Amino acid sequence: MSTPNEPLLSVNNIEVIYDRVILVLKGVSLDVPEGGIVALLGANGAGKSTTLKAVSNLLKSERGEVTKGSISYQGKRVDTLTPNDLVKRGVIQVMEGRHCFEHLSVEENLITGAYTRKDGRANVAEDLEMVYSYFPRLKERRHSQAGYISGGEQQMTAIGRALMARPTLILLDEPSMGLAPQLVEEIFEIVSKLNREKSVSFLLAEQNVAVALRYAKHGYVLENGRIVLDGAADALSENEDVKEFYLGFSGTGRKSFRDVKHYRRRKRWLA
Amino acid sequence: MLDVVITDPLFAVEVIFSGLLSGIMYSLVALGFALIFKASGIFNFGQGAFVLFAALTFVSLLNMGINFWLAVLISLAVMIAYGIAVERVVLRPLVNQPLIILFMATIGLNFFTEGLAQTLWGTEVHALDLGIPDVPWNALGDATGLYLSVFELVAAVIAGVMVVALALFFSKTRTGRALRAVSDDHQAAMSVGIPLQHIWAVTWAVAGIIALVAGMLWGAKLGVQFSLALLALKALPVLIIGGFDSIEGAIVGGLIVGASEKFAEVFIGPYFGGAIENWFPYVLATIFLLFRPQGLFGERIIERV
Repeated sequence: MSTPNEPLLSVNNIEVIYDRVILVLKGVSLDVPEGGIVALLGANGAGKSTTLKAVSNLLKSERGEVTKGSISYQGKRVDTLTPNDLVKRGVIQVMEGRHCFEHLSVEENLITGAYTRKDGRANVAEDLEMVYSYFPRLKERRHSQAGYISGGEQQMTAIGRALMARPTLILLDEPSMGLAPQLVEEIFEIVSKLNREKSVSFLLAEQNVAVALRYAKHGYVLENGRIVLDGAADALSENEDVKEFYLGFSGTGRKSFRDVKHYRRRKRWLA
Repeated sequence: MLDVVITDPLFAVEVIFSGLLSGIMYSLVALGFALIFKASGIFNFGQGAFVLFAALTFVSLLNMGINFWLAVLISLAVMIAYGIAVERVVLRPLVNQPLIILFMATIGLNFFTEGLAQTLWGTEVHALDLGIPDVPWNALGDATGLYLSVFELVAAVIAGVMVVALALFFSKTRTGRALRAVSDDHQAAMSVGIPLQHIWAVTWAVAGIIALVAGMLWGAKLGVQFSLALLALKALPVLIIGGFDSIEGAIVGGLIVGASEKFAEVFIGPYFGGAIENWFPYVLATIFLLFRPQGLFGERIIERV
C-alpha cells in the first residue's frame, strides 16, 4: 500500500498557532502518496481544516501561522509559497462549506477555476466539457447563479472549479457537509472516479468516518491537534477504537471497563 | 406646478433632458466608487480627492505647455501608478481587517490625496478648456425645439462608452471575472489561485482612470479647483439609489438624481423658496434607504434556508 518512492505531499510535524496565541495543531505529520486518497478524520475542532489550510497556505488570511515543522510537495518545501503559487503547482483546496461565487453563474465559477492556467482558451474549454462529463447536472444548470443552486450542486461546482486548475492534489474539506446521504455517496463516487481516471490525489477531511474510510486508501485520526491513529483504511475500519468512538458500534455486548477504555485513557495522556 | 407642465410640455421635457445629462456627470463620479465597492467591499472615501488630483495633474500639465493628448497619457499613467501605490501602501497591510478599518483608511487617503494634489500643483483655480463648447446644440434645437448643451451631450456619450467598456470588462475578461469572484468571496478566490493583491491593484488603477475622465469633464464645467473633491458628496445619493456595487446602478442612479433634482428645482422649488436642487437628492436617497436599502441594481443578498 505505501509506495516505496517519495510521497506526493509530506507534512512533517507541523505546529499551527492562530492569532499568535491559540495553539491548534501540536505536531501533525502525514503523507499523501502519488495517486492516493487519504482521509483525515476527526470530530469538530480537531484541526482537520487547519491542517488542510496549512498545506494550501490559506492559513495566513485567517491570521494563522505554521510555527514549527515543514510541508513538502513533490520533494520541495512549499510552506512559504502563496496559495496562488501552490495552485500553479497543482495543489488546490476545496473549502469547507463549498464557497461558490454566489453571484457568478455555474459556468463562470468553473472558468474562474482556470485562472492560473496559461495554456489557452481551447484547453480550458475542453476541460470545461470534461467537468460537465463528470457532473452532468452542472451542465443543465450552467447558466444559473451559483447562489441559487442546491447544496449538492454547489459542492459539485466547487469540486469542478478545482478540477479546472488541472490539479495533481485536491485538498477536499468536508465534502459531505449538509448533504443528503445519497448525494454524499454520489460525490464520493466521483472523487474515486477522478482518482482512477485523472490520477488526481486527494487529501480529504471528513467527519463522516464511515463513508470516508470506504473510499480512502489510508486514514489518519486527528484529535485535539494531534494524530492519534493512522493506518490503511480497511484496518482502521476494523479497529475497535475507531469502531467505538467514530463508527458508533459498541462491539459485542458489554465489556469490562479495563478492556475498552485504554484508548480513552491514551487520549487523556496525549491531550 | 402641473399647469406649467401642461401649458409648456416642451419646457418640461427640456428640463428633464438637461437634468438627465447632468446626471450622467454625477454617474461618472459614482462609477469610481461603485467599482471599488464591487471589488473589495470598501467605500472609498478618497474617490473625490482622486478626481481632484487627476484634474489638477492634467490641467497643470496642459499649463506647462504639454500637448493635449500627451497630457492625457501622462495623467493616465500618474493615476494608474497612484492606484497601484494605494493598494501597496494602504490596503495590502490591512488585508483581512474588518471593513470599517479599511473604510477609515480611505478617509485618511482622502486627506492625504487632497494635500498631495495641492502641494504638487498649488491651490489656484485653473480654467480647463477641452475644446468642447458648453452651448446649446442649435441644429438639434431648431429641429426639435429642445435646446441641449453640446458639452453635456459629449459627456453623456463618454460616460456611455465607459459603462459599456466596464460592463464588457467585467463579464468577458479573465480579470473581470476574477474581480467579481473576489468581490463575492475573498477566501474562495484565493483558494482557486486568484492573487488578491493583483486584482485590487487593477481595481484601483481603473478607479484612477475613471477619476481622470470625471475630473476632466467636471474640471471643464466648474474650473479645476478644490471643490471638485466635494463631488463625492453628490455621488453618495447616486450610489444609494443605484446600488453601491453596481455599474448600471451608478448610471441609472445618476440619471434619476440629475433629472429629479432639476425637475424639482424648476417645478416644486418655487413652493419652498427655491434652491431645493441641493438637498432634494438626499431626500430621495433617504426614501430609498427606507424602502430599498440595496438600491435599484445592488446585488441582492442571497439567503438560503
